[in-house]
Amino acid sequence: MQRRTFLITTAAVAALSGLPAMAQDAEKLKVGFIYVGPVGDGGWTYQHDQGRQAVEAEFGDRVETTFIESVPEGADAERAITQLALAGNKLIFTTSFGFMDATINVAQKFPDIKFEHATGYKRADNVSTYDARFYEGRAVMGTIAGRMTESNKIGYIGSFPIPEVIQGINSSFIHARKVNPDVEMKVVWAYSWFDPAKEADAAAALLAEGVDVILQHTDSTAPLAKAQEAGAIGFGQASDMAAFKPSPRVSSIIDNWAPYYIQRVGAVLDGTWESKATWAGIGDGEVEIGEITDAVPAEVKAEAEALKEQIASGAYHPFTGPLKKQDGSDWLAEGATATDEELSQMNFYVEGITAEIPK
Amino acid sequence: MIDPTTLIVMILSGATPILFAALGELIVERAGVLNLGVEGMMIAGALAGFAAAHATGSPALGFAVAAIAGAALSMLFGLLTQFLLTNQVATGLALTLFGLGLTALFGKPYEGVKAPSMGAGIMGLNWVVWLGLAMVPLLWWFLNRTRGGLILRGVGENHHAAHALGHKVRAVRLLAIAFGGAMAGIGGAYISIATVLQWTEGMTAGAGWIALALVVFSGWRAGGVLAGAWLFGGVAVLQLRLQAAGVNVPVQLLAMAPYLVTILALVVISARRRGSAAPGSLGQIFHTTS
Repeated sequence: MQRRTFLITTAAVAALSGLPAMAQDAEKLKVGFIYVGPVGDGGWTYQHDQGRQAVEAEFGDRVETTFIESVPEGADAERAITQLALAGNKLIFTTSFGFMDATINVAQKFPDIKFEHATGYKRADNVSTYDARFYEGRAVMGTIAGRMTESNKIGYIGSFPIPEVIQGINSSFIHARKVNPDVEMKVVWAYSWFDPAKEADAAAALLAEGVDVILQHTDSTAPLAKAQEAGAIGFGQASDMAAFKPSPRVSSIIDNWAPYYIQRVGAVLDGTWESKATWAGIGDGEVEIGEITDAVPAEVKAEAEALKEQIASGAYHPFTGPLKKQDGSDWLAEGATATDEELSQMNFYVEGITAEIPK
Repeated sequence: MIDPTTLIVMILSGATPILFAALGELIVERAGVLNLGVEGMMIAGALAGFAAAHATGSPALGFAVAAIAGAALSMLFGLLTQFLLTNQVATGLALTLFGLGLTALFGKPYEGVKAPSMGAGIMGLNWVVWLGLAMVPLLWWFLNRTRGGLILRGVGENHHAAHALGHKVRAVRLLAIAFGGAMAGIGGAYISIATVLQWTEGMTAGAGWIALALVVFSGWRAGGVLAGAWLFGGVAVLQLRLQAAGVNVPVQLLAMAPYLVTILALVVISARRRGSAAPGSLGQIFHTTS
């Protein structure tokens, strides 16, 4: 009898004292982030972390965010994501293409947790994907590059030959050639998203080939530093990279993830979250064009800004026919535009690029 | 098609970090000590050198501080292995992990900061590249033509015999370890100050391990280290240049070329040599009572 009373009392006390604590926990949403590079990369990961901070600023005490940085793409990513899942995060953002399979695998084991994977194409009931139309920004950079090059050679440092990067190469080239029919594009693959020494060497290799404008699809500022030494120009990638203003960095593509992150965290908080694919561009404010500096002549700046406005309003699509594939076969007829489906699987260069995509 | 002058400049520059680190490790190993902490000392030099160059605006001061930082970290290894007689392999590995973690922690304020420019020197190569090249004959001369070099080699070949002859085994080895640390520090700083011009966590990206392999590759000779550094650095740079020039070779093959060439060269060299050229007492613990 004594013991039973004791048990009941203990249980009651535990329940009573536990209730307020549980209520607090239920209100506070834990949100986790996996980053591919260090927060201080000054590029891609830096921008995702800005988005995370915007979520904290927006929701204050209602959310608690954590992140794991410098997670390699591969087997270790699954461990890192699982760790965040076990730590009680109810919404997890995995912010690199190479986390795709790891995200899907972990999501299967934790059906109650919601996942958001950046730039991928595999979805599930609890996995959304989100991406930005970087190629819209590349069109503006390509225009500036085509106008600014004196050697008529522009270089592109690629990370991995995946559709997102190939879209960027094609978009830059199409718009550079539109304003400068003599322009040539040279491509070097670094096979890394973030390897400053490799990126610097890749930039040096391009400069030695006579390139005087460098575009990059890797995340460090090393190519800009190399361009500065050689008197060439380049563009901020993912982040503004304002430290290199006014030259070599003459403009930039800025990824602004904050509105999307705030929207998705808000959706989980009010219970309206559902799995979907989001692909936003300049018009939605997810892709921003950084200040075009005075190193660029006023008329080129005006031309680039006019293009940006046209893309933002939807009046112009960067992939508008007539366009041919590299092998000379027809792709888009006069006036036709590429579908999102086609773009998300893009595995070919457009006509005029002489390099080959690594198979 | 590919301009040979700029290619040579890139190769000489690209080989410099591993050349410094490997020359330092060569002296350490010739004294009979195996220090696997090269990567850790390089990254320490990369951060300390970058921080100093950024604070003072002087790359030269940056390299000096990098040498001190590398030597300081190597003294931790010296203390553990020479006085507390710990296992050299395990201590060296620990030193690498320690260096990587320590710099990741202290490097946070330097992320996204720019370094002062080195400027091009004679024939487009800065003075550190020339210093590295000058170290090769200098170290050869020291090892083979001086009394100090003879003692160092003696200590490395047979520490008991050297001890019996009255040489201070521990002192010689500590000096060699400190020199190795300083050289690794300079090599690491070259990556952050001259190549990349910024600091990032883990930026040496395995250069220390390549330097270690180069010492074996060289047959513990200074000239061999230089040849190996040029070979490895050369292939690494050449593959990027071939890509930029639009040469149709599979990129994956080019990317693994430096490693393939290194392995092939090692196989050829070890097949031709009879016995090992490694110093007799390499990696062994020395104590006067043993």
